[in-house]
Amino acid sequence: MDFSLTDDQRMMQESLSRTLAEASSLDRVRKFAADPADRGADVWAALTDFGLPGIVIGEEYGGLGLTLLDAALMAEALGRAVTPVPYLGAVLAPLALRLAGSVEQQARWLPKLASGQVTAAVAISEAVAGARDGAGLMASDGKLSGKALFVADGHAADLLIVADTGGVLHLVDGTANGLGREIMTGIDLTRRMAELTFDKVAAEPLTGDAGALARLRDAGWVLLAADTLGACDVMIEKAVAYAKERKQFGRVIGSFQAVKHLCAEMAAELEPCRSLVWYAGYAFDAAPQESSLVAAHAKAHLSEVSRFIARTATEVHGGMGITDLLGLHFWFKRVGLNRQLLGGPERVRALAAQMQGLTG
Amino acid sequence: MDLRLSPDMEAFRDQVRGFLGQHKDRYASGAGAERPREAAMEWQALLIDNGYAARTIPKAYGGYGAEPDILKSRIIAEEFTAAGAPRGFANQGISMLVPTLLEVGSEEQKIRWISPTLRGETVWCQGYSEPGAGSDLANLQTKGVEDGEDFLISGQKIWTSTAAQADMIFCLVRTEPQAPKHDGISYILFPMTTPGIEVRPLKTMTGSAEFNEVFFTDVRVPQSAVVGGRGRGWFVANATLKHERGMLGDPNATEARFAALIDLMKSETVDGQRLIDNPVMADRLMQLQARVMTMKFNGLRTLTASITGEAAGLAGMVVKLQGCELNHQIAALAIDALGELGVLYEDGPHLRAKGGWQRNYMFDLGLIIGGGTAQIQKNIISERGLGMPREPKLAVA
Repeated sequence: MDFSLTDDQRMMQESLSRTLAEASSLDRVRKFAADPADRGADVWAALTDFGLPGIVIGEEYGGLGLTLLDAALMAEALGRAVTPVPYLGAVLAPLALRLAGSVEQQARWLPKLASGQVTAAVAISEAVAGARDGAGLMASDGKLSGKALFVADGHAADLLIVADTGGVLHLVDGTANGLGREIMTGIDLTRRMAELTFDKVAAEPLTGDAGALARLRDAGWVLLAADTLGACDVMIEKAVAYAKERKQFGRVIGSFQAVKHLCAEMAAELEPCRSLVWYAGYAFDAAPQESSLVAAHAKAHLSEVSRFIARTATEVHGGMGITDLLGLHFWFKRVGLNRQLLGGPERVRALAAQMQGLTG
Repeated sequence: MDLRLSPDMEAFRDQVRGFLGQHKDRYASGAGAERPREAAMEWQALLIDNGYAARTIPKAYGGYGAEPDILKSRIIAEEFTAAGAPRGFANQGISMLVPTLLEVGSEEQKIRWISPTLRGETVWCQGYSEPGAGSDLANLQTKGVEDGEDFLISGQKIWTSTAAQADMIFCLVRTEPQAPKHDGISYILFPMTTPGIEVRPLKTMTGSAEFNEVFFTDVRVPQSAVVGGRGRGWFVANATLKHERGMLGDPNATEARFAALIDLMKSETVDGQRLIDNPVMADRLMQLQARVMTMKFNGLRTLTASITGEAAGLAGMVVKLQGCELNHQIAALAIDALGELGVLYEDGPHLRAKGGWQRNYMFDLGLIIGGGTAQIQKNIISERGLGMPREPKLAVA
């Protein structure tokens, strides 16, 4: 029995963090956030050198062939650095192809995805979080019509994996006729969402596995939870560092129990979450029968813990906390988006109760 | 990450299961505040003989003498829980005094006290807290005045569970009044039958006296009863306070309680609807389940750390704070889900779980406070875990 990360896993995570310290510095993130035309090509290129786009893609297609736990550890590092890259699609699209794609579809897309030459986005928000504003995709005669909302990084992706209203996944080429895309600007400017409109767009159904949508959802929950974990770590580190430096009433504010207890509460809430995220990542591949429930709890619980930490870390910084100059808001907003994407905690918990047969 | 057990460990699990199946008719619990009954002492003896209690205590002191193996300990814990079999005694003598003696006791003290303590023949109570020394334990004022070969001990202890039944007390006493406060304390063992000791039950909000106050008036104790040297008591006691904090917030106990809460919410109804079918209640239940799961995995992580000899760090420091709060919240949801039924407390046709949810809810608040209050835990987490500065001391008024 071993409930810990391997040396390789730790080293790979640290290595990615080192890469991101340069490639995704706060200055770089600020530039990305300020310019909707910025696609973050240089950041993506650095991560492509690292091999990140192929993390869960088999070695036969040029990927690293690693597990979802490894992918989650990378997500944690990306969350730490509030990195502006289309990572959700980079993991979920290959998973969709692996679970439900044909050999031909896999051979056509996986090598290009692994090399970072094409990017992917996954439009499953309606199927997982529920349809808002009349969204939803109808499939008919191999064509999709309707719209999909809140597609993370969907405005620029070359490949789209979308769910129709029946829960069937489809593969859509980003250049297909009849496909329209608009950026949906939200609070988090490090990952842009898109509204996709479909007017009889040609699509290939991914028919290999009827449970593929649920697996994608679970993987997405784990990745979002891991991203939040990394972002929360940084918020606590920043708050603690500030409290050790800032002086008021002739002493550092971190020596006041009113302040240090806030920091202790943040750490006490977050530290056990690390194990939850690890296990959720591990279970996806090693214990699939437990995977959905633990993924749901990881997603919902990290959402709750991150709301507390984002707010508290801001407060520990006093007035500085709410300034643009400090930049803490990038992390605050990152976890704000992670909370709602693929279902807010209440919806996810309702699903968690259902999937273990507690409620109807 | 690999949660599979090796074939050796699976074989050990089968062995524990076999033992528990074979001896079902001898199960007898020694838990609770009473002195263990004869059947419980026999069960305890059987457990020690087979290595399921006092497992790592050397044979010379009445234990089983196995090498420490955290994984085997965990398998034993899991199998006993699954079989509903009473565990070995976990009283204060066994959990706190025995580890202390093993660490710093003299050979004579080890031989004299460990074996009868393990077998339940000698029951101990702990004399640490005082009315004026709670979180600031080192401020304790019970004094031991040198008188020839003896100390004459006077003062008052509080929160002394099992004092009424105990044969012996392990007690912190200020024996060196001139020394700085942490260096003036001795850790002393003496019989509760010594003249000059008065025990008064301390009734709590649960309606029971889970604790006592103990008064000492010129209690004569030989100086040879000191453990670890005169004036070393603070360091001796600190070595064992770790063991107490480890007991509080145990995720296995939390999981068992959460399972009972799920059963309750599935079986009880209001207006003909199961409690769990109320979406607000189901949501609260799921929030707690996430926390139960989180603390379980955190426990596996700290377990791995102790197997590999790594420091558990923050993951260990937060267990008491988070675990005790979680237990309290599980009881709170059970009470809320039961509504008016949840406030019943005396025997009657409508009483649920013998009033246990309310008793836990109240008693757990005591555990949030006891063994280092939540606020003291937050000091520890922020100072030792996050490296934040201590609150500066005020000039003494």
